[in-house]
Amino acid sequence: MRNHVIRAAALGAAAFGAALLPAGVAAADNATPSPGATTVTTAGTSFLTATVVNPGQPVRVSASTGDYLYWSFNATAGQVNDVSITVTLPPAKSRHGGSVWAVEVFDGLRRRQACTAGAQTPMAAPDAASVTLGCTLRRVRPWAEPWSGDPLPGTYYVRLSVTTLPEEDRGLPTEVEMLIGSDGNSGSAPEDGDLKAPLVPAAKPGKVLAADAATATAEQSGEEDGGWFDGWFDGFSSRWIWTSVGGILAAVGGVVGFALTRRPRHRSVG
Amino acid sequence: MAALSPLGAPPAGADETTPSEPPKVELVLDVSGSMRANDIGGRSRISVAQQAFNDVVDALPEGTQLGIRVLGATYPGDNKAIGCKDSQQIVPVGPVDKQQAKGAIATLRPTGFTPIGLALRGAAQDLGTGETTRRIVLISDGEDTCAPPDPCEVARELAAQGTHLVVDTLGLAPDEKVRRQLLCIAGATGGTYTSAQSPEQLTNRIKQLVDRAKDTYTQAPAIVTGSGECNNAPLLSPGVYTDREQFSEHRWYRIPVRSNQELRASVSVALDRPLRRDYGVLLRATATDGRELVRGTDAGSGTIDVVSTGLRWSAGDPDDEPTPEETEPAGADAVTTVCLVVSNSFAPAAATGGPGMPVELTIDVVDASPAPNAPGLGRGWALLAVLAVAGLLTGLIVGWLTRWWVAVWRTN
Repeated sequence: MRNHVIRAAALGAAAFGAALLPAGVAAADNATPSPGATTVTTAGTSFLTATVVNPGQPVRVSASTGDYLYWSFNATAGQVNDVSITVTLPPAKSRHGGSVWAVEVFDGLRRRQACTAGAQTPMAAPDAASVTLGCTLRRVRPWAEPWSGDPLPGTYYVRLSVTTLPEEDRGLPTEVEMLIGSDGNSGSAPEDGDLKAPLVPAAKPGKVLAADAATATAEQSGEEDGGWFDGWFDGFSSRWIWTSVGGILAAVGGVVGFALTRRPRHRSVG
Repeated sequence: MAALSPLGAPPAGADETTPSEPPKVELVLDVSGSMRANDIGGRSRISVAQQAFNDVVDALPEGTQLGIRVLGATYPGDNKAIGCKDSQQIVPVGPVDKQQAKGAIATLRPTGFTPIGLALRGAAQDLGTGETTRRIVLISDGEDTCAPPDPCEVARELAAQGTHLVVDTLGLAPDEKVRRQLLCIAGATGGTYTSAQSPEQLTNRIKQLVDRAKDTYTQAPAIVTGSGECNNAPLLSPGVYTDREQFSEHRWYRIPVRSNQELRASVSVALDRPLRRDYGVLLRATATDGRELVRGTDAGSGTIDVVSTGLRWSAGDPDDEPTPEETEPAGADAVTTVCLVVSNSFAPAAATGGPGMPVELTIDVVDASPAPNAPGLGRGWALLAVLAVAGLLTGLIVGWLTRWWVAVWRTN
């Protein structure tokens, strides 16, 4: 009986070790096309007309140097997205100098997003055959204060442009390949809070309201006011489960620890 | 109040963006005398263009309405006044009769002047006004020989007239003046410029541009005119708007927001003309008394199409901070009017004039997302480990204490 308890405790500890290990292991670069994904062959020319692309879906577009190409993709909380672009440049003999390319990522509110890694604005040498751009975004948070610029779930826009180019080289044919990778969507988000509506921008044309319609037309939301228990039970989170399981483990640990100290006395009695 | 609002506002889920009219494109072809030159893969420019047009007509996507306009096609004389009025629509914008269109293309012979400005105005008229974006594909090999009007000014003026118009340009001659002019026209309307290097490239590019009319086919934003101060600014409901802003001008808008709602706004200012190297845009949300609530800003340098920024704002907990500008009694339904102001720090590279720069404004009002109010609970493997170890240690200590106490009690 006591041996059972001890063995169970040892097994539990081993299980802990095993469970703790993979938490720290981060996945490496995952920018590979997902099998069976159809290649996208279009790109938009503005935020409103951006072509929607899924992560893992390869994009191959022919364009002219100087074009502004827009794509959009959707991200959810906990994801880390990375954009990788390869631009095949026009033949070197038809070019007159180097060029600087830029990949920029914006969130659903067209706010610039920082890249944590990747060549965001590489310079192409006058004789280079192609140029590679990359941008790894920050992990998408499930909630952030309205005043912050942190990445939130919703639409993201990718813009490819050439920022410095000899004027003679404008309008030459190029080939652009893009792939968006997404990573780390491991079910539960590591943070609390959630965004009531993802950052997906409005797309339909707006209507200017009459001056006295201000109060009547502000859209009503269906949010109910909570009771006294607001703040305690608003959003049953996984924290309740974790903490309860922790309590159970502590109780088991206490019993095991108590049982361990009984052993010598029993031996002396037996 | 609660009973009134459903009447005025459409349900939030009904985001129907499919426009009711088909995509419309007009190809505008330069048939001036210089199109005779044999310099595209050994073929004449006009024959390459005719071949490309035939291929495009054959591959026209279902539902796209196409028209064709030519310039410099009929008047062979030297009188500039007459030559510069030489532009006709040879295929009207509408469902295309392929045989008729090809027949019209086949009869074109390089002839006259290059009145690009006139042709652009004509094309804009052919396409008419409506709720979707109009696209013009301009194929030219020569500088406008009829300025004034300067075709670039014409393009900017047409883009500012209200119809959402995009001009994509294709240059058939590697000439500096032609390139400058076509780049300027494209830049003024948010279009693209391509320098045609081979017949295949020209065909593929025109096809891509015609397809793009269908692919990127959305309802054009609503037109709004922001005012110089908040008091009389237009009240906006959620949606997309477009406006024009001069250098260093401030444009104000007002948005009604309930206290349990969040305002989301984004703005893009297009750089549709040559500018100094560095630039920036600022979007501020203020209360009606001028107090700043939040701002969004972005800046940059180098060539770019638009500079954008955005912001989120919600009133926060109404119990904590009663806002003075509430027009209703405090509570979940209180409406706050938020003022938005768009300003820019662009500097013109040359003398300025004409319409301001295009501003695109996106407004959304959604449910507010309150700060997570997590009770004092934990999460994670480390928590479980700490609790288990603490439990174990407590058990051991209690066990030993019990043994010691029992031993002491026995001896007594």
